[in-house]
Amino acid sequence: MFDYNKTESMTERDFYEEKITEEITGGEALLRCLIEEGVDTIFGYPGGAIMPVYDKLLDYKEKIRHILTRHEQGAAHAAQAYAMVTGKPGVAFATSGPGATNLITGIANAYLDSVPVIFITAQVVSSLIGTDAFQETDIIGISMPVTKWNCQIKRPEDIPEMVAKAFYIATTGRPGPVLIDITKDAQTGKLPFKYKKCKFIRSYNPYKPLRKKEIESAAILINHAEKPLILAGHGVLISKAENELREFAEKTGIPVAVTLLGMSCFPTNHRLYAGMLGMHGNLAPNKLTNEADVIIAIGMRFDDRVTGNLKKYAPEARIIHIEIDEAEINKNVNVDIEINNDAREVLKYLIPLVNPNSHERWIREFRINDKIEYETVIRPEIKPEKGPIKMGEVVNVVSELTDGNAIVVTDVGQNQMSAARYYKFRIPNSFVTSGGMGTMGFGLPASVGAKVGKPNSQVIAFIGDGGFQMTIQELGTILHYNIPVKLIILNNFFLGMVRQWQDMFFHKRYASTELVNPDFITIASAYNIPGEKITEREQLAEAVKRMLNSEGPYLLEIHVEKEGTVLPMVEPGASVSEIKISK
Amino acid sequence: MVKKEYILSIFTEDHIGILNQITIILTRRQINIESITASESAVKGVQLITLVVKTSDDMIRKVARQIEKIIDVIKVFVHTSDEIVYQELALFKLSTKSLLSGNTIDHLVRSHNVRFLEITPEYIVIEKTGHKSEIIRLLNELEPLGILQYVRSGRVAVTRQVKEFHEYLKELNEASREEEKEEFEIFNRLKE
Repeated sequence: MFDYNKTESMTERDFYEEKITEEITGGEALLRCLIEEGVDTIFGYPGGAIMPVYDKLLDYKEKIRHILTRHEQGAAHAAQAYAMVTGKPGVAFATSGPGATNLITGIANAYLDSVPVIFITAQVVSSLIGTDAFQETDIIGISMPVTKWNCQIKRPEDIPEMVAKAFYIATTGRPGPVLIDITKDAQTGKLPFKYKKCKFIRSYNPYKPLRKKEIESAAILINHAEKPLILAGHGVLISKAENELREFAEKTGIPVAVTLLGMSCFPTNHRLYAGMLGMHGNLAPNKLTNEADVIIAIGMRFDDRVTGNLKKYAPEARIIHIEIDEAEINKNVNVDIEINNDAREVLKYLIPLVNPNSHERWIREFRINDKIEYETVIRPEIKPEKGPIKMGEVVNVVSELTDGNAIVVTDVGQNQMSAARYYKFRIPNSFVTSGGMGTMGFGLPASVGAKVGKPNSQVIAFIGDGGFQMTIQELGTILHYNIPVKLIILNNFFLGMVRQWQDMFFHKRYASTELVNPDFITIASAYNIPGEKITEREQLAEAVKRMLNSEGPYLLEIHVEKEGTVLPMVEPGASVSEIKISK
Repeated sequence: MVKKEYILSIFTEDHIGILNQITIILTRRQINIESITASESAVKGVQLITLVVKTSDDMIRKVARQIEKIIDVIKVFVHTSDEIVYQELALFKLSTKSLLSGNTIDHLVRSHNVRFLEITPEYIVIEKTGHKSEIIRLLNELEPLGILQYVRSGRVAVTRQVKEFHEYLKELNEASREEEKEEFEIFNRLKE
């Protein structure tokens, strides 16, 4: 038998490990581990099984701030938003049973959008596991398909190693959520505490050697391309490759289209910015995807909302896919050159290999399409002269008054698409949205997490009247901690995006999409959140200014066009080149 | 879509729940497991799960990458039947009376190369090792005699490839030691 598990002698390890032999409880050890990993903020909700950890939180309140959300789902979304704006992993606590299951939507959301969040759930006493004890649930089994990794800890002495492993896994490679389930007896039991950060797991190697040959062939392809197009995704932001992307694009003169989650990785006012891809993206990048001869996809995964009909996707193009997650390569779209590595490392090696170019004729095609889109879709949406207020118009006013410098949080649906389309992003990581999962109710708790993470940035949330009511209880968190977020409800008294589909594909049969809404301003005032409701175009700019100038949290409810339609649209089953600019 | 038989040799850490994680991936892709075996591999502490599935060439590649993405999975090898040496084992229980007629026993031993594990006045237990097709052929022959019990194991397989798994693992472990060494050096420098 070959035994490669043997590690070097313990003495060598101990040599550079601080020797701490004091015995502390598992609950305290967990907090000390989090502090070692640089955690200073936790979102969570207590309950029976996690009480030993919460008790110790009181002793560490100088070092760790705990934000009590009003529902565990809120804690999960807030922790994710915190991670997205700070670049640090988010942390969320929940108790066993319903506390843990309430996290699931948030965990799945973080998983699909590759955001590092450490979820800590409590579990009943280990002797009761498997007996259907009070508030016992198999959270390991339930969370398995939506976490990058999970584990259950039944002995206090396992806590440091498992937490270290969790942070390493969550933050390296393609990031993602991890879940640690700790039994109550492991929280109360004692251990001699020492902590060592995890640097290596033999079955998981996120750092791959650069395969230069593939990058060199990619460079040849790029240098001979006549109609090249860059598709930039969330991976650019995750690997902090914004500057490299810009340098690469500027040197080669290749236009840059972004995915929804790639938004803000490339300045929207840049001459090479080609717009957003996908179902409600811009006309030019969608249409011209099918004319491109070389596509350079960076840190994106060819989601079906981006590609439309796969059979008719990019027929002319040779595809270069730069992607850290090997399982994403050749998953949806078969590519010609696969570069399975970190976007930043690859771009750094690629830039010197590509020739300067300008592609003037090709870029002119984008501008022609941009002009068509502006005249038929954008101008009527952001600068309408009569009729009710439009969503795009609101986003445009906010964009102009904040000069594109705010952190924009959205819910899901028309409000989200309008924000993505019409806010002029200039700063990386300034767009917080639920992409892969499309979780309604994400916006309000995410705005809390974003503001806690970036207290000096203006955080503005665009939320629909439907999504707002899905997690409306988080107004309590805003009240409790006086979190100065600016909330904009784009109220059309409809579940707007579903209504749009009913309009277009279900013969206008509006099944369960019309809403009877409460008075949001009255609700906000009960939470001591000042606000204003506007219904007329003339009030819009001034109301937004009042909101931006207010000190604390603020709610601006805007009655928008009831039956507005987000356009352009790549209809389901259609090719990206068949994108429609009118209904 | 042409479906073919593939063998997945999955080397994993010896942790609880890995099989569950693997089957979740196969279930989502609507792939049925034809057979499954799990045992410790030639490397101590490393489990080897051998799965036989029927699917397309394109799909098996995608699924293998998704399985390898599981944190505790060390390496996944995809093989077709001609790339491996494999066996399956089956046990048959028949009534002694039914076997004693004619030259059945002689035939079983000579043309099927079976082993007799237990003989009692009431029943006989026969073991057959071979490829699935050989076992099925025997099953078909025994069926008219009235089989009391029949069970067939999952496939066990070794590969014909040259680079062995333990060599791959050695490279991984060396990378780990490099990390530790570097860290050690940095620490020493800081101490000075």
